Amino acid sequence: MTTMRARKQARELQRALSYEAKRPTVRVVSNPKEMRRENAKKAWHRFSRNKLSVVGLAIVILVILAAVFAQYIAPYPEHAGAYTDFANSTKAPCAQFLLGTDNMGRDILSRIIFSFQGALKMAILVLVIAVPVGTCLGLLAGYMNGTWVDTLIMRIADIFLSVPALLLALAVASILEPNLTNSMLAITIMWWPWYTRLVYGVATSCKNEYYVVSAQLTGASKGHIIFKEILPNCLSPILTKMSLDVGWVILMGATLSYVGLGEQPPIPSLGQMVSDGARYMPDQWWMTIFPCLAIIIIIMGFNFMGDGIGDMLSKGDSKYE
Amino acid sequence: MSNISKDVILQIKNLKLWFKVYQGYSKVLDGVNLTVHQGEKVGIVGEAGCGKTTTVKSILGIVPEGQYVIPEGEILYKGKDVLKMSDRDLGQVRSKEISMIYQEPSAALNPVFTIGQQMMEVVKNSAQGKGKSKAEQKQMVLDAIRDVFIPDPERIFTYYPIQLSGGMKQRICIAMAIMTQRDLMIADEPGTALDVTIQDQVHKTLNRLVEERNMSLIMITHSLGVAREITDSINVMYAGTVVESAPTEEVFRHTLHPYTVGLMEAVPRLSGGGIQAGIYGSIPDYLYPPKGCRFAPRCPHATEACREEKPLLKDVGGGHLVACFHPKEV
Amino acid sequence: MNFKRYLLRRLVLAVVVMFGLSIVIFAISRIMPGDVATMALGSTATEEAKESYRVANHLYDSYPQQYLYWIGGVLQGDFGTSTSTNRPVSTDVAEFLPATLELVVMAAVILIILSIILGVLAAKYRDTVVDGIIRVLSYIGVAMPSFVIATLLLLLFGHLWQVIPVLGRLSYGVTAPPDVTGFYTIDALLAGQFSTFWDAFLHLLVPAFALALGGLCQEARIVRNSMTENGSKDYLSAMRGYGVPEGKILRKYQLKPSLIPAVSCMGMDIASLMGNAFLVETIFNWPGISRYGLSCMLGKDLNAISAVLLVFGAIFVVVNIVVDLIVACLDPRIRLGGAKS
Repeated sequence: MTTMRARKQARELQRALSYEAKRPTVRVVSNPKEMRRENAKKAWHRFSRNKLSVVGLAIVILVILAAVFAQYIAPYPEHAGAYTDFANSTKAPCAQFLLGTDNMGRDILSRIIFSFQGALKMAILVLVIAVPVGTCLGLLAGYMNGTWVDTLIMRIADIFLSVPALLLALAVASILEPNLTNSMLAITIMWWPWYTRLVYGVATSCKNEYYVVSAQLTGASKGHIIFKEILPNCLSPILTKMSLDVGWVILMGATLSYVGLGEQPPIPSLGQMVSDGARYMPDQWWMTIFPCLAIIIIIMGFNFMGDGIGDMLSKGDSKYE
Repeated sequence: MSNISKDVILQIKNLKLWFKVYQGYSKVLDGVNLTVHQGEKVGIVGEAGCGKTTTVKSILGIVPEGQYVIPEGEILYKGKDVLKMSDRDLGQVRSKEISMIYQEPSAALNPVFTIGQQMMEVVKNSAQGKGKSKAEQKQMVLDAIRDVFIPDPERIFTYYPIQLSGGMKQRICIAMAIMTQRDLMIADEPGTALDVTIQDQVHKTLNRLVEERNMSLIMITHSLGVAREITDSINVMYAGTVVESAPTEEVFRHTLHPYTVGLMEAVPRLSGGGIQAGIYGSIPDYLYPPKGCRFAPRCPHATEACREEKPLLKDVGGGHLVACFHPKEV
Repeated sequence: MNFKRYLLRRLVLAVVVMFGLSIVIFAISRIMPGDVATMALGSTATEEAKESYRVANHLYDSYPQQYLYWIGGVLQGDFGTSTSTNRPVSTDVAEFLPATLELVVMAAVILIILSIILGVLAAKYRDTVVDGIIRVLSYIGVAMPSFVIATLLLLLFGHLWQVIPVLGRLSYGVTAPPDVTGFYTIDALLAGQFSTFWDAFLHLLVPAFALALGGLCQEARIVRNSMTENGSKDYLSAMRGYGVPEGKILRKYQLKPSLIPAVSCMGMDIASLMGNAFLVETIFNWPGISRYGLSCMLGKDLNAISAVLLVFGAIFVVVNIVVDLIVACLDPRIRLGGAKS
């Protein structure tokens, strides 16, 4: 053990010495433009220090591109609908159909590419509604800390957080007509309280900080204090959570569509493809496995990217990075 | 004052330590030289961020791992280099030879274990405590708590750190350090986190215990007053180097280094004319340290030579060492 | 003293939350489009039958009155009649709940044990191959929806590698043990039927693992990060400085403070296992309340949906209180300081 440690130390030292030999000994005098570039470089360094973040970013970009240009990328765009070709049904992966075909003879790859559209649409819409609503309520409750407004908002948030999120979303979606819009609604209803709680935590802790108190004493308006003094402190945790949540929303959307409460056939969605394919297991495994993989990869991509954004925005620990 | 022998117990030679940061390596320690004799009380004085704590942490090898390299230097404890020791030998040094009191008492105590649990663990792993019965070990803990003037040690034994005041916690930290016989005690700004009256008590307790047990002491402080009261010799540190080192009275009588002069002037005096000018500027950027003397950019007497070349610690007579090309004329 | 008040506050809060939840559930069941009576009796029912159903279920009263009727019944254990099984919902819940609880408890045990072991290993071998493998595995696990995990495990153990039974609670031909707790494993042990116990235990393994995997990966990461974050704390340096062996520091002095944030998250995760159980039970043919709830949702069986939501809400609230108690036991700062900041 000791020799291993010694060798490791020697290696680290060698690296340090060679790095330092190349580095300039005097800080380059920088103007604002260079400072900005330096900051951007630093941000990228923080993001890319973990290689997985870069992989995640690449996956996310690819998925977005695939969804936007699905019409041009998918080998058989017409298969993403009510298309039947029984001559080619349940074909194993081959040159013609890279990931095989389903029981209707539709190309699995094309359907996966088109299902990204619904998944991304859902994630974006859910967050676009849930995040501002949750943030505003959290800011209000945090600012009015200790009053009945605070109690009311936070208890309502508690109620929504007191049932497993998936369960509530399922219940709401099952009672409404099953379609993409309603499943988005169902997910949005249970998503906002998380942001309210997050923002509330930050807002209450920085409400008593001197800069907020001094703004209050100098007679700043409530709006100014809430949006100019408190909100900026909440932004980086919100952004980090948002980038991670894209993956979670997609996961929950896939679960809803798995039980038939999301996008309705013939429009493809990942969860629905898995549940349709499960009936043909294990012989026609490609009908299940590839959509499963697509779900895992897309969610992992967003998670990796989210972690990277978290690293990038985290303020603490700037000394040892 | 006390019985200082000629035997050197600890000698740090030209210690350099770099921390890894985003843009490169931050050269925090830049050739620290320090000698401690048997029974001597040595002070390390300097402003915040000059590497005092890092220096003493590297003696025990407890600088957080993986984030630093040591390009040069030796830390000789009783003639053996701590930096090259095996884990086992280092463990021996930690459990038998050296103990340390940490700067922030609330950070140095584990919040989720009782004082008793933590102190018992230290005793169990010390040279004296090993192999003794539980009751004997507990007695050692209780004695130590009593030694730092805390009444009712039995009660304190069952307390969690959160139930104690800052002064109590600091005294518990001292109790932990003196619980078993050690040869060298390192005290990292004990009492800085406390108010002045309690700070004074803590210092007195510490001083008494060190003298009673004939330990050597390294005392870190940023207050020259405290150093003068307690220590036999003073090492003034600036930006990762020891710039002046001499017996305590000598430092005050014949201050040589411009930085030490600045420090002395910065001390507010009851008789003086209010707050002094202090030292202009701040500690250099360790990522891009000055090429020559690290104090040169702030030094009123700096010359071209100071900016080009690093002054080494030189003996100017009477055990007075200074690292400066232009020491103040006596 | 402080702690008792803190606990009391938590209990009062729990009651408030349950009350609010009942309102939300009632609102969900009444806001929905479509005629309640038609939904309950089917579109083939006669107008008279629907009429009498409406009268019997107070559908002509105002919403607050309807709520009072409903909650009054619920407090006496009467959730109404299920339209899909034609039995009182409370009977259905009593029959199906133990199976789900057994599954969830098993999953929770797997989750807690494995996540701590993996997290500690990753922290101990930080930035090495071990850490890397655990990290990648945990990323994959977190990214898998429970139905994907369940489907893949079913493919693996149900078709390709049939070493463990995966469907149902017991093998065909094995009779259920006499009902005491409703947990087949425990009931079998109580009755001394060891072969039945082993059978029930084997049937539990794969579904419970499928259920636990997502949370397990999440928690392993939290334990690891919490461990490494605490690793540079002064109190550990101090222990190291006093020569306490490295292994003991890791297992005791680093682990305990590191578990505090992890335990709070684990509570949330274990509670949400109930939600994920929906798909896992359906896929593994597990006769639990989640599968029942899902079929009721798809059949728009309002009374049953409300009951399932309420029961799960209650369990969720109880689990959270238990977790707070455990955290308080671990953390004297909460136990002695009163409320959590």
